[in-house]
Amino acid sequence: MSTRLANQGRLIDRSKAIKFLFNGKKMAGFEGDSLAASLLANDQMLVGRSFKYHRPRGIVASGAEEPNALINLGDGGYFEPNARATTTETFDGLVAASQNHFPSLEFDVGAINSKLARFLPAGFYYKMFIHPRSFWKHVYEPFIRKSAGLGRAPKDRDLDKYEHYYHHCEVLVVGGGIAGIQAAKSAAASGVRVMLVEQTAHWGGRAVVDGVTIDNTPAEEWVKTAVAQLLKMNNVVIRNRTQGSGVYDHGYALGYERVADHTPRDGRPRHRLWRIRCKKIIAATGAIERPLSFAGNDIPGVMLAAAVRDYVVNYGVSPGDRTVVVTNNDDAYRTAIVLKDAGLDIPLIIDARPKGGGILMDRAIAAGIRVETGRGIAKVKGGKRVTGVSICSQAGEGAELEEISCDVVAMSGGWSPVVHLWSHCGGKLLWDEDQAMFCPDPDHPPLGIDGESVVRVVGVANGHLGSAAGLLDANEQGSVAAVMAGGKVKKLKVLDCDDFVENAILPVWLMPQGANYGLRSKSWLDFQNDVKVSDVQLAAQEGFESVEHVKRYTTLGMATDQGKLSNINGLAILSDSLNMNIPDVGTTTFRPPYTPISMASLAGEARADLFQPIRKTPMHDWHDSNGADWEPVGGWRRVYAYVDPGETTKQAVNREVLNTRKNLGFLDASTLGKIIVKGPDAGKFLDMMYTNMMSNLKVGRCRYGLMCSENGFLSDDGVVARVDDVTWLCHTTSGGADRIHAHMEEWLQTEWWNWQVWIVNLTEQLVQIAVVGPHSRKVLEKLGGMDVSPDELPFMTWTDGNIGGIPCRAYRISFSGELSYEIAVPANQGLEFWEMLIEAGTEFGAMPYGTECLHVMRAEKGFIMIGDETDGTVIPQDLGLNWAISKKKDDFLGKRAQQRSFMDNADRWQLVGLETLDGSVLEDGAYAISSGKNANGQKNTQGRVTSTYYSPTLKKGIAMGLVHNGPSRMGEVISFTNIGTSPVQAKIVSQIFFDPEGKKQNV
Amino acid sequence: MKRFSVFAVAHEAMRQHSGWSRTWANPEQKKSYDVIIIGAGGHGLATAYYLGKNFGITNVAVIEKGWLGGGNTGRNTTIIRSNYLQDPSAAIYEKSRSLYENLSQDLNYNVMFSPRGCMMLAQTQHEMRGYKRTAHANTLQGVKTEFIGPERIQQLCPIMNVDGPRYPVLGALWQSRAGSARHDAVAWGYARACSDMGMHILQKTEVTGITQDAGNVTGVETSRGHIKCKKLGMVVAGHASVVAEMAGFQLPIESVPLQALVSEPIKPCMDVVVMANTVHGYMSQSDKGEMVIGGGTDGYNAYTQRGSFHHLEETVRALIETFPMISRLKMLRHWGGIVDVTGDRSPILSKTPLGQTFINCGWGTGGFKAIPGSGWAFAELMAKGGSPLTAEFGLDRFCAGRFVDESVAAGVAH
Amino acid sequence: MLILNCPYCGMNKDETELSAGGEAHIKRFGPGSSDLDFEEYLFGRTNPKGLHFERWRCSSGCGKWFHAARCTVTLEVFGTYEAQTLEPPQSIKDLITAKRPGWSWREFS
Repeated sequence: MSTRLANQGRLIDRSKAIKFLFNGKKMAGFEGDSLAASLLANDQMLVGRSFKYHRPRGIVASGAEEPNALINLGDGGYFEPNARATTTETFDGLVAASQNHFPSLEFDVGAINSKLARFLPAGFYYKMFIHPRSFWKHVYEPFIRKSAGLGRAPKDRDLDKYEHYYHHCEVLVVGGGIAGIQAAKSAAASGVRVMLVEQTAHWGGRAVVDGVTIDNTPAEEWVKTAVAQLLKMNNVVIRNRTQGSGVYDHGYALGYERVADHTPRDGRPRHRLWRIRCKKIIAATGAIERPLSFAGNDIPGVMLAAAVRDYVVNYGVSPGDRTVVVTNNDDAYRTAIVLKDAGLDIPLIIDARPKGGGILMDRAIAAGIRVETGRGIAKVKGGKRVTGVSICSQAGEGAELEEISCDVVAMSGGWSPVVHLWSHCGGKLLWDEDQAMFCPDPDHPPLGIDGESVVRVVGVANGHLGSAAGLLDANEQGSVAAVMAGGKVKKLKVLDCDDFVENAILPVWLMPQGANYGLRSKSWLDFQNDVKVSDVQLAAQEGFESVEHVKRYTTLGMATDQGKLSNINGLAILSDSLNMNIPDVGTTTFRPPYTPISMASLAGEARADLFQPIRKTPMHDWHDSNGADWEPVGGWRRVYAYVDPGETTKQAVNREVLNTRKNLGFLDASTLGKIIVKGPDAGKFLDMMYTNMMSNLKVGRCRYGLMCSENGFLSDDGVVARVDDVTWLCHTTSGGADRIHAHMEEWLQTEWWNWQVWIVNLTEQLVQIAVVGPHSRKVLEKLGGMDVSPDELPFMTWTDGNIGGIPCRAYRISFSGELSYEIAVPANQGLEFWEMLIEAGTEFGAMPYGTECLHVMRAEKGFIMIGDETDGTVIPQDLGLNWAISKKKDDFLGKRAQQRSFMDNADRWQLVGLETLDGSVLEDGAYAISSGKNANGQKNTQGRVTSTYYSPTLKKGIAMGLVHNGPSRMGEVISFTNIGTSPVQAKIVSQIFFDPEGKKQNV
Repeated sequence: MKRFSVFAVAHEAMRQHSGWSRTWANPEQKKSYDVIIIGAGGHGLATAYYLGKNFGITNVAVIEKGWLGGGNTGRNTTIIRSNYLQDPSAAIYEKSRSLYENLSQDLNYNVMFSPRGCMMLAQTQHEMRGYKRTAHANTLQGVKTEFIGPERIQQLCPIMNVDGPRYPVLGALWQSRAGSARHDAVAWGYARACSDMGMHILQKTEVTGITQDAGNVTGVETSRGHIKCKKLGMVVAGHASVVAEMAGFQLPIESVPLQALVSEPIKPCMDVVVMANTVHGYMSQSDKGEMVIGGGTDGYNAYTQRGSFHHLEETVRALIETFPMISRLKMLRHWGGIVDVTGDRSPILSKTPLGQTFINCGWGTGGFKAIPGSGWAFAELMAKGGSPLTAEFGLDRFCAGRFVDESVAAGVAH
Repeated sequence: MLILNCPYCGMNKDETELSAGGEAHIKRFGPGSSDLDFEEYLFGRTNPKGLHFERWRCSSGCGKWFHAARCTVTLEVFGTYEAQTLEPPQSIKDLITAKRPGWSWREFS
C-alpha cells in the first residue's frame, strides 16, 4: 500500500494538516502536498479509468507529464474537469472525484471494453459500423460518444475572474531548475531585463530532489541563495506557478500563471495570462522520463522511477512497500537508493543492460540491493494494483525466469528533453544516438524578426544530463542571449558540481526485445488513450508510415498529456516496424500550449459586461429609461422602438410611424458617420470617392451621394454638405463611419498622396437628431434662435446657428418623406438639446421613434438602405440610381469595374416596388420564382425581396425587391416563396408607395 | 483489397490482426499517366476517385509532397453543411453533403459522417434578414433548412446562453442534415479506394516544375524525376499560387493562416454544430469529447501553419460569451492551416491558361465540407471539359465581374 | 504575432495595433484600361512563398499606411518604409540582397 512516511518531505508542512474529499471519502493531507501526493498518502493509487478500454489507472508521474491522474475538481461555479492531480496543490476543503467510469471507480461497466480489446484495435471504427447506414447516427455514434470523453461537462457559469498582463523584457527564461536559475543570473548580470518563470510552486527542479552539490553547497541552499539574489535585482521579474506555455512569432511568449488555484475564493484572479514580448527566450525546461514498454506497464502501481523518489523526498509519501526498479540507464538507481534509505523494501533492480550500471549500481549493491542485469520484465501481475512481476531475459521472447511480489514498479526508459518551446515556431531536432534522445538542432533554430535564432535551449533540455555541464551551458547561453538582446558582456564564474560519469543508456523500446503478440498487445504506449505497441505495429502494417498518420490512426499522443510520455516510445516502435532509423521517421509537430490552459485565461477580463465595449450616444440612458427596445448596430446600441407599457414592439413601431407622419417624431441619429474632408484638393478627392460630382456642390447645399468599392459595388451612401470653399462634411451609414473613414484614408495615402486633403472622423463629437413630421418646423421655431423657414432653409440646404441657445448645424434633409431637419449639436450638449425638444414637442404630439420606424418610413418612400437593398453584389445601376452617377467625370472608384461585361448590362435584377395581391406582407428574403430548373436541378429565380414591411400609413404590406428587368415589367404579377405554404402573388409597382410627388417634404 | 466489416474485424481479432493489408499501396512510379493530380489532400484524392468511378479513368497518379491528407484536410474543424445562399455554392456544397451521406458505404470505410445538425446564429436584425433570405433560397435549391427561434435553439443546444447581454440570440438558420465527419478518415477512405482501382498515390514526392509543349501540359518535374501526363489537375489549396506559377500563370488567391483549437475531452454536452458570425466563432463537440473551435483568419499572407495568438483570444472570448460553461475547460492544443482565399471568397474549379491543365483551389476556410462534391465536379470538368457544378466557378469570372459572393450571408466563417 | 516598425511613428508596433492591407506596389488601372489589366490590378496577386512586399496601416497608432518587406515563410522582416513611393528604397533592397542573394519580386530585384 502507499502511505505517508514518518519523515522526509521537503515541500510539506507537517504542522498544517488539511482535509479534502475524494469520491466522497474524507482524506487528510499536509500543506505543500500535490493532490497526487495526498491521494497516495491515503493509499489511493487507483485514480481513474482510461479513455477507450476503461482500464484502471494509477498515478504514474509527479508533474505535468502525468497522463492518468485526471480528476473532476471542485463543484458548481468552481468545477473543473480533467484537472491533473500531480500539478494540483492540495488545499483545505478540496473536493475531487475520479472520471470516466460508471457506476464507480472500483467497478466500471465500461471495463467490458478491455475484455473486448482484441476486437477494438487501432482504427477499428474505420472498419466497422458501416452498415446499415442509419445505425451510425442512431446507434453506434451515440454509444461511442457516451463512452468517450473524460471529465464531466461543467454546467454552471464560472464564478472566478481572470486577467491579462503585458510584460516586456529582453530575455525570458522558462524553467526554474538550476539551469534556468543560472541562465537568468547570467543574463541579468549583463543588465538587460530578464523574466524567469517556473511552472511549479517551487524552485530548483530535479537537482534539489537528487541532492546535487553546486560549488560545494547543497543544491537546495544554492537555489535559495540564487533566487534571493534574483529577487533583489531591479531588472529581474521572477514568477513561480507560471508556465511558459507557448512561443509565438517575433518573440511573443505566453506565460500562464495559476495565481489562486491553490487558494480558491480568496478574491484574487484564478489565472493570469502573461503576454510577454522579449528578444530572446531561454528554455531551461528539463526533461521527462520515459516509461518502458512491457506487458502490464499500465497497472496501477507501475510508475516512473523519478516520480517515485519525488514522492518520497518531496512529500514524505511512499508509493508502496516493495518496489521493483526496472531500467535501462543509471538514473533509476537513485530511486532505489532513496527508497532503501527511507527504509522501504527493494526486492530487485532489473537492468536491461547486459553489464548494468556504473557507480550508482555499485552503491545500490553496497546498500544490499539485488541487481539483475540483462533482464527485463515479462509481465506485471495484478489488476487494480500491482501484485508482482515476472522477470525474463531482455534478449529473449519473454519466458518467465522468476516471479517477484511487489506493489510498485519504478521504471525508467531514459529521458526526453522538453523541446516544445524550441519547436513551437519551427525549431528542428537532432537525434542524439548516444543518449537516445531528441535534442535541439542548433543549425535549424526557430527564427525571429531579424532572421536570427530566437530561442536557446539550455541544461538538460539541451541534452546536458550532468549538472556541471548543464550549468556551464546555461551560464554561457544566458550571457550570449543577453548580449544579443543588447546587454553588455559580463561572464559569471563557472560552477563545479559533484558529477560523476554514468554508464551509457541502452535504448530499450520493447521489453523483452522479442516480446510475442500477447505481450505486445498488453504493452502500453499511451496510457490515457489506450494505445499499445501492437497498435502502432498494426498501423505500420496497414501502410500508415508517416508519424502523423500513425498518431492520427492510433490516437497515440493525442490525449490530454499530448504524448509527453508516449511520443518517443511510439516513434521508436514505428521506426522499428518500418525498419528505419528514428530520425528518418521524424517527429510530430509540437503545438502550444505546453500543458492545457484554461479557456477563461484566454478571454481574460473580457467577459459578460466587459465582453465587448458598447458604444453609446449621449442620450443612451434617456432612451433606456423611456422604453427602448435595443438593437445592436455595429458597435452601437440603437433604439429599435420605444415600447410603451402594455404595448407590443410591433404596435410601438406602428404608433411611431403614424405619429411621425401626422405630428412630430424625434430620432437619435447620432450614430450616423460624420466625416470632414478638407483641403485644396478635397473636391477632386471626393469626386473620386463618390459616383456623384461633389466638387461643384455649392457652399450651403447638401447632396445625396453614393460610394462604390473599386470593384464596382455600392458600399455606402449619405448626404454630403459643402461647409466652405475647401471643406465638405460627409454623412455615412451608422455601421459605416469607421470603415468609410479608413477607406478614404487608404486611397488618400496610398494612391493620391500628393493631393492636399485632410480627413477627420467627427462621428462621436456630434449628436445628431432628426426632427421629423408636419410640426417639425414649429417645434424648432418654438425653441427659437434660427430661421428655419422654407426661404431661409430650403430643402437640401444647411445652416449654422443656435437653436434654444445651443450652437448647432441644421440640415434640411429627409429620409422619411416628411418635412424634416437634422440638427447636429456638440455631443456634450446633446442630451440637453434632446430633452429640450421632447419638452417643447409635447404640445405638438411629439414622440421619439426608433430604427424600425425609420425603416418603415423610408421604405414607404422607396429610399434604399445600405445592407438591405445592397449586399455587396449590387451596383447603383441596379437600384435605378443612375441619376446619382456623374456622366461628366472621367474616373471615380468603381467606374471601371462597372464597365465590365457582366455589369455594363441592362439584363440584370433591378429595383422595383412589390405589392401582394392580398395586401399581406411578403416574407423577409423571399425569392421570386421563375419557371423550370437550372442545370443543377435548382428552381429558377427571377428576383428577390430586399425590404418588406407592414405600412401602417397605407395599411398594407409593401416591399422593395430586385427583379429581373423589373422596371420594364410594371404591373406584372409574379410569385414569391413563402416558407411552409404556397407562393405569394405580388404585383410589380413603383417603389415609391407614399407621396410620390414629394409634397410633404417640400413645405 | 479486404472488405471492411464487423465480421472482418472479428475474424482478424482471432489471428492477431495479421491479415490486414496496406490501406493504400506504395507503388513504383510509372513514366507516364493519363492524369496526374498534384496534391493528395481530400480534394485531390476525391477527384481521382470520381475520375475512376464515374469516368473509368484509372491510369492516374496523385502526387503529394508530404503525406496524404496532411494539409488542410487534417487540420480543419470538420463542419459539413450546404446552407449557402448563392445557387452555384448551394449546388456544389449540397452535392457534397449528399455524397457524404453515403460515403462510408461507398468507400467501405467509416468516415463517421454525423448529420447532427448545424445552426448559424442570428444575433442582429441584419443577420436575421440575411439568414431568412438564405432559408428562402435553400427551399428553391433543394437544400433542407429552416429558420428557427430562440426556444428551439435552446432545446437543440442547452448549453448555449441565448440571452447574452451583448448579442442575444434572435434566431438561427438550422440545417438538420448538416454535421461533421472524421477528417482523416475521408482522406484515408478515398486513398484506399483509389489505390484499389490501381491508381498510384506517390507520397513524399514534390512537384518542382511543370513541362509543356505548344500550349499543352506534358508532365511534371518532381523530386523523383519527370513524369508525363495527358491531363493535369492542381489541387493544392494554400500552395495553389506556387504551383500555378510553375505553369506560368497567376491566380486571384492569397494564402493566409486559419486557426483552430480543441479543449480537453469531456462527456457529451453538445449535439449540434453552432456557428456565431456576429461574435466570430464556431464550436462543436467531437466524438472523442473535445470541444472543437474555429475562428477567423489572419490578415496577412503567410505559409506558416500557425497564426497569431490574439485571434484565439478573440475566438475563445466569443465562445465563452455564447457557451459560458466552456470557461473552465482547458485548451488542449491549437494549430493553423494555410487557406487560399480568392477575390470573391468562392472557390475556383476551372480550366487554366495552360492546355489540358485544370485547377481546383480557393476553398478558403470552407474546403472540408466540399471534398466529395468538389472531387465529383472537378473530375467531370477534367474528364468532359465542363460540368454544371463548376460552370460558375471559372477563372474567367474575375474578368467579367460575375462573382459568386457568399460573404453576403455567411460573414467570414465557413 | 508580428512586430513591425511604423516608419512614421518610428515605433515598434504589435500586430494588434496594425491592420494588414495586402500586396504592395499595385498599380491602379482605371477607366480606359483593358479588361485584363483591370482584372490583374484588382485580383492578380503574387502570393509568394518567401519574400513579399505588403501594405500595413498603423491603425491604432498614427493612422498612416506603410509598406513592409517580409518573408511569408520565416516571417523575417527586412524593413518597413513609407507607402508614398512606387518602389522599395534601395537600402531595403540592399539588405535583402545581402540576406537573400538573387531575389526578385515582380519587377523589383
